[in-house]
Amino acid sequence: MHLILFFLFAGFCLAGAINLLLQSHPINSALSLVVVMTSLAVLYLLLGAEFLAAAQVIVYSGAIMVLFTFVVMLLNAGREERTLGSRSARVVGFPAVVVILGVLATVILHAQGLGVAGLRDGITATEDLSRVLFHELLLPFEVTSILILIAILGAVALARHGAGDGHHHTGERTSTK
Amino acid sequence: MNGNLYIRLIPLLPLAGFLFNGILGRRLPKWLVTAVALLAPLAAFGVVLWAALLTLAPMELRSWSGNGALPTAVALPYVETCPIPWINAGTIHIDFSFVLDQLSLVILLVVTGVGFLIHVYSVGYMSHEDGYARYFSYLNLFLFFMTVLVLAGNALLMFVGWEGVGLASYLLIGFYFQKDSAANAGKKAFIVNRIGDFGFLIGIFLLIGNFGTLTFSAISAKLIASPAWQGGVLTTIALCLLLGACGKSAQLPLYIWLPDAMEGPTPVSALIHAATMVTAGVYMIARTHVLFDHAPYALGVVAIVGAATALFAATIGLVQNDIKRVLAYSTISQLGYMFLGCGVAAYSAAIFHLVTHAFFKALLFLAAGSVIHAIGGEQDLRKMGGLWKKLPVTFAVTTVGVLAIAGFFPFAGFFSKDAILYAAYLQGPSGRLLWFVGLITALLTSFYMFRLWYMAFLGKPRGEAHHHHSTPWSMLGPLVILALLSICGGWVGVERFSAYLSPSVGARNAESGIAHLELILSIVAVAVALLGWFIADLLYRQKPAGPAQLAEALPGSYKLLANKYWVDEIYGAAVVKPLLNISQYVLGWVVEVGILGGLAWLLAGIATFTGAILQRWQSGNLRSYAAWLAAGAAAVLLFALVPWATVWPDSMEFIRKAAGH
Amino acid sequence: MNSLFSQEIPITWYLLLSAVLFSLGVLGFLIKRNLITVFMSIELMLNAVNLSFVTFAHQWHAVKGQIFVFFVMMVAAAEAAVGLAIIIAVFRARATLAVDRIDLMKL
Repeated sequence: MHLILFFLFAGFCLAGAINLLLQSHPINSALSLVVVMTSLAVLYLLLGAEFLAAAQVIVYSGAIMVLFTFVVMLLNAGREERTLGSRSARVVGFPAVVVILGVLATVILHAQGLGVAGLRDGITATEDLSRVLFHELLLPFEVTSILILIAILGAVALARHGAGDGHHHTGERTSTK
Repeated sequence: MNGNLYIRLIPLLPLAGFLFNGILGRRLPKWLVTAVALLAPLAAFGVVLWAALLTLAPMELRSWSGNGALPTAVALPYVETCPIPWINAGTIHIDFSFVLDQLSLVILLVVTGVGFLIHVYSVGYMSHEDGYARYFSYLNLFLFFMTVLVLAGNALLMFVGWEGVGLASYLLIGFYFQKDSAANAGKKAFIVNRIGDFGFLIGIFLLIGNFGTLTFSAISAKLIASPAWQGGVLTTIALCLLLGACGKSAQLPLYIWLPDAMEGPTPVSALIHAATMVTAGVYMIARTHVLFDHAPYALGVVAIVGAATALFAATIGLVQNDIKRVLAYSTISQLGYMFLGCGVAAYSAAIFHLVTHAFFKALLFLAAGSVIHAIGGEQDLRKMGGLWKKLPVTFAVTTVGVLAIAGFFPFAGFFSKDAILYAAYLQGPSGRLLWFVGLITALLTSFYMFRLWYMAFLGKPRGEAHHHHSTPWSMLGPLVILALLSICGGWVGVERFSAYLSPSVGARNAESGIAHLELILSIVAVAVALLGWFIADLLYRQKPAGPAQLAEALPGSYKLLANKYWVDEIYGAAVVKPLLNISQYVLGWVVEVGILGGLAWLLAGIATFTGAILQRWQSGNLRSYAAWLAAGAAAVLLFALVPWATVWPDSMEFIRKAAGH
Repeated sequence: MNSLFSQEIPITWYLLLSAVLFSLGVLGFLIKRNLITVFMSIELMLNAVNLSFVTFAHQWHAVKGQIFVFFVMMVAAAEAAVGLAIIIAVFRARATLAVDRIDLMKL
């Protein structure tokens, strides 16, 4: 059961990720990413993290990806253009990715002392989670809230009409390129 | 040994005078400048006199002073070392140390005494000049460096004084710096001296290399302790030091600056280029005489250089028409005598001649200055004449000076010159040759000095009638004093003088097999001087047309002498012009533009080239940045996560070797 | 039924999935030409890391691992907000979202 569930949703994750890469319109990529997020939520559930699964769906799929979608639609950027590309991205980048994957895979496969996961393993109680969060890690929690406040302010300031244009109030410049 | 002589005051007082007059002199009234300028050498002379009194034999002192009125005598040599260390480099320790011994005491008496007299003379001579304070500050500066040179206990401090007097000489020769000829003469003096200083420096380096110290007493002690060490490197050192002495004392081949140095004011010529600075070379040789004694070949070279210079300069002096040029060549010639004296190891005789020469040459120069001052700046002998009536005191003292330099008994020059000639004669066959050269030079000296005497003072006046300034007493006083010294300066006698100096310059060798040899040689010398006087009388009084006829009869030799053997021109073509060409073309074009410019261009080119390559990394292209980011991350992962010790066992060895274990 | 529920899979597979997702994220970061898509690849990378955190939290029964995931989510949210605001500002200045065209520091 666990195996089937795992394969199913891992497959969804991979499919979504690969689709993200293959699609040319950003909206398709955004929707694929939603699929990945939601599948990951299920995988969290399989690993016993029920609160996190809920948080993943609510925060990631439900808020962040929606934000992405909104921005894509707002900017109406359209399909990706065929630009010149970057030679160094291909020459340097691909081997880098291969190396990263290779190293990680090798380390993971050679690691000792890793156990198994199954449906029998207990689910982490939210109560335990909240106890640690609000007792030991209260300060980081509060700091995170301030961080989010700052992010809100920053986002508002940056995305405002007329912000970020410096002293030339050029407004919307048509591209001269 | 428990008296403090304060010999450090001897240089420091003139230094104070220099600083005072140099910095503040222009704004102060003339009497103050004069007072300070005269006080410094007078005070220095006072200190020297005090030191002389304290170091004379105590027995005589007590018997004169009547038991204990004077403090305890001080024994020579007396050393004062400045507590501030100078050079401490490994095994080499050099300090600022002043040493007073018999030699330096004698020279200091001359330097400060005659120096003071010339300062007094300058008050009158330079009273109408613009740079009055500057002049006296330079004179005091010169005294400072000269006393440092004389008192120096090691070769490096002496070199400081050596260079310093060269500097003071340059400043004073070029005193009338608005005149091109004076500025050029100053430069010439300094540059030619530099060539000599190069030799001195090489000598110093060799001294350090071979002796490990520059202190004169230490070097002498080492040499005395090993009498078998002769020749070889010692000859080289001695020859290098000789080169330095030739530069400073205007011997062949570096004498060319001294005639040109007559561009300076006449008191300067008297002090620096007759009495004191040019004798620094002789002093240096006397100071390092132990070294020269151990290098007989070098000593021979000294004698030959001295004799040759004496004769050479005397021949040129025969036909000079400028009164100061005659005296300049006479100085070179007399310095040749002193070198000859050193070269035959008669150091005390040479110093004796140095002292007497200081008296009568300074006298002659100051008298010439008085003449020039009186007739409004004219220096050409052909335009002088008949001045004995108008300048009686000057005429009298000049007569004394001429008689002294010609070597007549009982004037000062007789004793000293004869001491040198006698010592030369004793040296065997080559010594006889040197004696003969010296004798011929004495003949020529007598001739041209009396020629000067006749042309300047006797006969009918040849020049235009000038407005005559009367000579102030500040100029006449020193003249009279120097004349008195020229008369009785030699009466000390060379034996007593040598005995006094022997602790510092070695004993005088005066043994000869023949009885009364000294007396015979003296009579010969006086006879030769009389001959010279007679010839001068013949040509310049009895037959005034004689010189012109002689010049026409021997046109070649006359032109040779009148043009000073064209030495300046030869040097200009052989030395100066190639140097200028090398500077301009080789150094200017090849080295400066080619090599140095090319090197700078190369360095800049490397930087620019590297920059151009690295610039391409900063493309602004986000994806390229991302790619390199990923590559960096991959590299970090690779090196951190892979257990290199197991994957590649040799890697640990490699890393350890690279780290340098 | 028992066998179905008692099946267990090695943790290693989760970790491998996480590694593959991460690499795909890096790949997207390198080859995509739209600025927003690049940003989305970054989010993918963050999620891959979250998965491995949860896996290890399960492995060692450490709640702190899950709390860390929580914090990562918060930071990712803040980052997404600000990042998208920047992208909007860039689009307003440049009128293009092509990564290769945005190559000057000066807008």
